[in-house]
Amino acid sequence: MSIENELFGIHGKALALRSQRMSLLASNIANASTPGYKAQDIDFDKALKEATGDQGSVASALEKAMGYRVPVQPSENGNTVEMSTEQTLFSENAVKYRTTLSFLEGRVNTITRALKGE
Amino acid sequence: MADKPMNIFDISGRAMTAQLVRLNATASNMANAGTVSGSAATAYRAIRPVFQPVTEKPGVSTVNVQKIVSSDTPAVKRHDPGHPLADANGDVWESGVDSSAELVDMVEASRMYQNNVQVLNTAKSLLLETIRLGK
Repeated sequence: MSIENELFGIHGKALALRSQRMSLLASNIANASTPGYKAQDIDFDKALKEATGDQGSVASALEKAMGYRVPVQPSENGNTVEMSTEQTLFSENAVKYRTTLSFLEGRVNTITRALKGE
Repeated sequence: MADKPMNIFDISGRAMTAQLVRLNATASNMANAGTVSGSAATAYRAIRPVFQPVTEKPGVSTVNVQKIVSSDTPAVKRHDPGHPLADANGDVWESGVDSSAELVDMVEASRMYQNNVQVLNTAKSLLLETIRLGK
């Protein structure tokens, strides 16, 4: 186990995955008016399990948990981006990124205090 | 762009550029909505950008304007013998622009632009918070 894993536990990997998912959702929003574009997303629970497992890495977890979004109402030009879905998931992801960040911050503060011997 | 990995600022930034091109095309079409020409061939045709996804790796992709095409909305023939541009039959051609379609396109482009700005803002504030981690 690397030092990073021991220090931050699950939250280090979770932050990396959240950040990758943010790029993914941003890609979907960016391509909202591109004909034929298929929206993609990751199954976060599955990705996190994969990344925190033995020999798991963030890159391979992303690859395994990636999937295409099933649209509620498919549009005529083959684009499967639905703005309401993407925006909701994007903001949810942002809030959860912040949550993970505050867990990490707590961890960093604890270590810092232990190092200083306060 | 190919030598370094694409980040969220590239993704949303390029999408904003693409939407701006679309907005410019719409503005050109609206500006030429009432223009008159002496023949069907020289009449103004509405122009439209063609969007194409640029994928770096699965799931991470931005958008590019591949080309700009002229639409096939036909020019409208109008009989107006008094017009200086009228041909031998006294006909002129009005530009092939569907103004209501252009208006809809304009609203959509501006909404999409706003969405991308919102994504950038959120990403920026999250990254700034991450930088401040542990301070």
